[in-house]
Amino acid sequence: MKKMIESKNLVFEYIRRDEEGNVDGIIRAVDGVTLDIQPGDFVAILGHNGSGKSTIAKQINAILEPTEGYLYVDGKDVSDHDKLWEVRQTAGMVFQNPDNQIIASVVEEDVAFGPENLGVPTEDIWVRVEEALRAVGMLEYRTHSPNKLSGGQKQRVAIAGIMAMKPKCIVLDEPTAMLDPNGRKEVIKTLHELNAKENVTVLLITHYMDEVIGADRVIVMDEGKIVMQGTPREVFSQVEKLKSYRLDVPQVTELAWELKKAGMPLPNGILTVEEFTEALKQCQ
Amino acid sequence: MIRDITIGQYYPADSVLHRLDPRVKLVGTLTFLISLFLFNNLIGYVIAGLFLATMIKISKVPFSFIVRGLKTIVILMLFTVVFNLFLTDGTVLWQWKFIKITIEGIQTAIFMALRLTFLIIGSSLMTLTTTPNQLTDGLETGLAPLKKLHFPVHEISMMMSIALRFIPILLEETDKIMKAQQARGADFEEGKLMERVKALVPMLVPLFVSAFHRANDLAMAMEARCYRGGEGRTRMKPLKYSKRDGMAYLCLVAYLVVLVATTRLWMLFVA
Repeated sequence: MKKMIESKNLVFEYIRRDEEGNVDGIIRAVDGVTLDIQPGDFVAILGHNGSGKSTIAKQINAILEPTEGYLYVDGKDVSDHDKLWEVRQTAGMVFQNPDNQIIASVVEEDVAFGPENLGVPTEDIWVRVEEALRAVGMLEYRTHSPNKLSGGQKQRVAIAGIMAMKPKCIVLDEPTAMLDPNGRKEVIKTLHELNAKENVTVLLITHYMDEVIGADRVIVMDEGKIVMQGTPREVFSQVEKLKSYRLDVPQVTELAWELKKAGMPLPNGILTVEEFTEALKQCQ
Repeated sequence: MIRDITIGQYYPADSVLHRLDPRVKLVGTLTFLISLFLFNNLIGYVIAGLFLATMIKISKVPFSFIVRGLKTIVILMLFTVVFNLFLTDGTVLWQWKFIKITIEGIQTAIFMALRLTFLIIGSSLMTLTTTPNQLTDGLETGLAPLKKLHFPVHEISMMMSIALRFIPILLEETDKIMKAQQARGADFEEGKLMERVKALVPMLVPLFVSAFHRANDLAMAMEARCYRGGEGRTRMKPLKYSKRDGMAYLCLVAYLVVLVATTRLWMLFVA
């Protein structure tokens, strides 16, 4: 099967220049990352600020070009300038600030922005806009102004805007960082639905642990490198290692881990409250 | 003061004028504005006034709402009236030392005031019945022939629509910054003019910085959604002329013909 996202020894360097334009310093934001994401996967990338996770996202969308190594999105090389628009259509990108990525003053016109750019015929645009808005549960707001929506709703409109371009993969760069807890839940639920129903590959970049639990695979990054990889359970079993990368684990996991350290016979990597109560019952 | 400006505001209502193609309204308004300079006698003002009154009636926008837009030009209007009233030569009606009022003066003063009123009402009627989006769409398609002269029609209309989208966001941000600065002791309301202007600096600097950040983010989001200029773009809501629009054009031509013919005849026979 063809891989959705594939990279080998990916490197990206930000070059800092002084006022005369001489190279002042080089920052390696991404340092030898090898990725392998299959179609239909829900992958979460975790990392502290400055761990290079956002840089990877921008490379997948061909906004930044790799300094070294290669990166293929659905078999297309992101460094190939002729394939630039194909790459961007295949891997849609949702950004952090919901206000700064909505272009039109009416919800449905904003969702139509992508298909309009692709040159989709007018009748098809209407169909796509309706489908995309229904998929994210925002159909009833189609004629509203984005300014009147909540943060979570705006972010769902932004996701619909990407879905209307019929991508195979969505990359989300901290889509919930500016939202309240309800908005965050809304967005994550929408993503899981899209992943299950439309079979879209989801690459979720975040630093909220709770959002990672439902993912098929978690990748932990630190200082531009992949330091941990596996299912959420595998990753969250290693509480101490995670803490060394300045990351927290979900609250329940932490509590279970502390109890276990204190001598309770609990299993490793408890992720949800239900699991925890079940395990506690067995202890008694 | 800002609330009084009705030019550029949209008044939602369901009327024939609201449903017209924006291009018709643009051409119509432009024609009407130009037509105001085609005559200089009473009958012309009567015809233009009647035409405008009919349009207001059709538009279903309350007259009081339209008149509010005139408040902003009261001073300009006073100036024109006063200058025309006292500085026009002709048959003297009343004189005190060097100040004099002439019959011609009164006439031009009234005509100028009327012309200004018609200009303002005419153009605000267009914005009152057209949403900003339709207006930019209308401009883009209406000015499309200029593309051959390398005039960036699409870019300008895209900039206009983005500006419209961000006006409320930036207003909100201004409010936030003002409150944040006030919480730290900034004073925007007191002091002399110069002091007040200076007090605006700590508000404008963060506003500009954040506007540039937003612009940067937006540009990236647009590129990520495959935006590459107007070339090869399709539209979700393309503008299409309907029968109604044809009728509107006919009415416009009829108005022009009637106006020009009557004012010319009036000049021949009456004056």
